[in-house]
Amino acid sequence: MANNVKPRVRVQKTATKGEVVEIKTLISHNMESGRRKGKDGKLVPRSIINKFTVTFNGKPVFSSDWAPSISANPYMSFFAKVNESGEFAFKWMDDDGSVYDSTAKITVA
Amino acid sequence: MKTNWKQITFLAAAIGFGACMFAANADATDWGKYQVGEHRSGYTYMTDESRAMQNDNFQNPGMLWVEQGAELWAKVDGKAGKSCASCHGESGDSMKGVAARYPVYDQNLGKLQDLEQQINYCLETRMETKPYKWESDEMLSMTTFVSYQSLGMPVNVKVDGPAAAAFEKGKAFYYERRGQLDMACKHCHEDNAGGIIRANTLTQGQGNGFPTYRLKWQKVGSLQRRFRGCNNEVRAKPYPYGSEEYTNLELYVKWRGQGLPIEAPSVRN
Ligand code: HEC
Ligand code: HEC
Repeated sequence: MANNVKPRVRVQKTATKGEVVEIKTLISHNMESGRRKGKDGKLVPRSIINKFTVTFNGKPVFSSDWAPSISANPYMSFFAKVNESGEFAFKWMDDDGSVYDSTAKITVA
Repeated sequence: MKTNWKQITFLAAAIGFGACMFAANADATDWGKYQVGEHRSGYTYMTDESRAMQNDNFQNPGMLWVEQGAELWAKVDGKAGKSCASCHGESGDSMKGVAARYPVYDQNLGKLQDLEQQINYCLETRMETKPYKWESDEMLSMTTFVSYQSLGMPVNVKVDGPAAAAFEKGKAFYYERRGQLDMACKHCHEDNAGGIIRANTLTQGQGNGFPTYRLKWQKVGSLQRRFRGCNNEVRAKPYPYGSEEYTNLELYVKWRGQGLPIEAPSVRN
């Protein structure tokens, strides 16, 4: 599915001030480790997402470096405290230089 | 000299088989719809984490195939200028219950037809285009999409009447010893469900979760891919995809889980 990379995020639409919300993400990606041999007996070249970052209203809230043993179609969830309305911006960095992104808005009532 | 460690560990496991026999699963858990009489879905043997992954549509990576299937469903292809949606409707609603009933005996073709074969039949004769290759992304997306429409519906295959002969052949296959390890499906899935084999918990080998997202495969796979894997594990030569042997076996295996809910796409270890 590396030819069909598609990020997905799920964040609740509204929250109360100071609420801790769960943010769920999943991206379709092969995450080819570089350690697997193909049918021809040769190593299949590594091709993974190596970094995942999230900002909220431009400020970093979450970041992680990914390694070759992370599964295909990686799911990542984390919690964040929201004090104001705004937008989460998600970025996945691919070995091949591609960057996949997505956003999600949340309103603090 | 090259040593085939995979084979050796497996043989060792098989030798240990008789000696360290697995204690019967004295499990009093109420598995709800995932258990019908003695029959337990593979779901009941998975870890809590795998189950959580299956239960949450967002987390379940198998849903990616459902999404892709929905796109294919609406895609016009072939000389007839049609998509599946042209005849079966925009949504997949018309496919509700199909996965629970398949494989079925097709009166016109005079043979047992599984879901993959039915889809290819529509592609070739009704859309006048190329069939999907077995286990291709297209086929898996379409079978997962179609099967997902039956999510939660009880398996209800017909094994009498014209399907009886195929059913009997499937049953015979199930109990037949094969491969260098000389084992039948029964030896693992009937006699030793709940036991551990090579870091895998053996289940009853039910078919209700297919197509399944298998963590080891890192993708969705068909029931016949699973059969091939199980044949390989006992060092038997697997049959080709779509072979009569495997289609008969699909019917029999589905019947063993009659009443269990369709879980496609399930998540298995
Ligand atoms: C030109 C019309 C046409 C097109 C296009 C078409 N089908 Fe069909 N399909 C039929 C007819 C007619 C039947 C048999 C009657 C029935 O069961 O609805 C059928 C039966 C089926 C069945 C079995 C339903 C059952 O209840 O047993 C499945 C599954 C199916 N089609 C899937 C597909 C898929 C997937 C596609 C697209 C790849 C597709 N069809 C494209 C006309 C079509
Ligand atoms: C040497 C033991 C062994 C034999 C023999 C064997 N299998 Fe399996 N099978 C496994 C293992 C291990 C798994 C993965 C864990 C599990 O689901 O039991 C598995 C899984 C399955 C599953 C998937 C179950 C699910 O819920 O996803 C099916 C279906 C299955 N086997 C069918 C068969 C059939 C049919 C045969 C005979 C052709 C067979 N197996 C023979 C070891 C075996």
